Amino acid sequence: MSESLTFHYEVDGDNFTSAGQASVKVKKHLRELGLDAETIRRVSIAMYEGEINMVIHASGGFADVTVDDKCVTIVLTDRGPGIADVEQAMQEGFSTARDNIRSLGFGAGMGLPNMKRYTDSMEINSVVGEGTVITMKVNL
Amino acid sequence: MTIREMSQLLDAEILCGDCPDTQVKSACGSDMMSDVLAFVKNRAVLLTGLVNAQVIHTAEMMDMVCVVFVRSKKPGDDMIRLAQESGIAVLTSPKRMYEACGILYSHGLKGDGEIDE
Repeated sequence: MSESLTFHYEVDGDNFTSAGQASVKVKKHLRELGLDAETIRRVSIAMYEGEINMVIHASGGFADVTVDDKCVTIVLTDRGPGIADVEQAMQEGFSTARDNIRSLGFGAGMGLPNMKRYTDSMEINSVVGEGTVITMKVNL
Repeated sequence: MTIREMSQLLDAEILCGDCPDTQVKSACGSDMMSDVLAFVKNRAVLLTGLVNAQVIHTAEMMDMVCVVFVRSKKPGDDMIRLAQESGIAVLTSPKRMYEACGILYSHGLKGDGEIDE
């Protein structure tokens, strides 16, 4: 792949049912590009967890996915409340999600740890009251 | 174990899935989707009592081949359509979660659910 390809998605924060649609589309695009199944799975799970987080915590946001010859880069941007203590948020089992989110199958405190688990690098830039930008890379 | 064998063991109805002879290699039973997403295995089946579109999305992200809804829960048409688009078979079984998992496990379908670090 000589040139990089970028996909841009809007994540609707008001509709839990439609959450995950951007990740489904990314998965299809990566399959069309002929990436191997394991890479596609890692990218789509990390992005899906991020997308769910944006809907649960931040009323939606944007996802930009870039594919070049070295890696797949996922940038998730939201204008949510921000993460006060990133280290605490990274601990498995820590969650600030409301109980109604748990009844929907999320809010177990596994989202951010899963995103880190499936990617080769993950950077969180968050400002309380302004929003969060998460950049993840999966090497090819 | 095939999807058809699984449906027989669980007295389950196949709600969608064109290939009942598809092999299932591992299994996971949970209502917490992030716990499911922490587990990576090929050709897995997800057993769950949770019914919403995120169950199908989760199965798709994990390349799972089948979702079994326990306690006779039935997904709506929208969820069935999503599953069909993703090539995921959907079953509904009257068994409870513990029993359904136990039946499949005792017939050789192991969890193999170690977390992929």
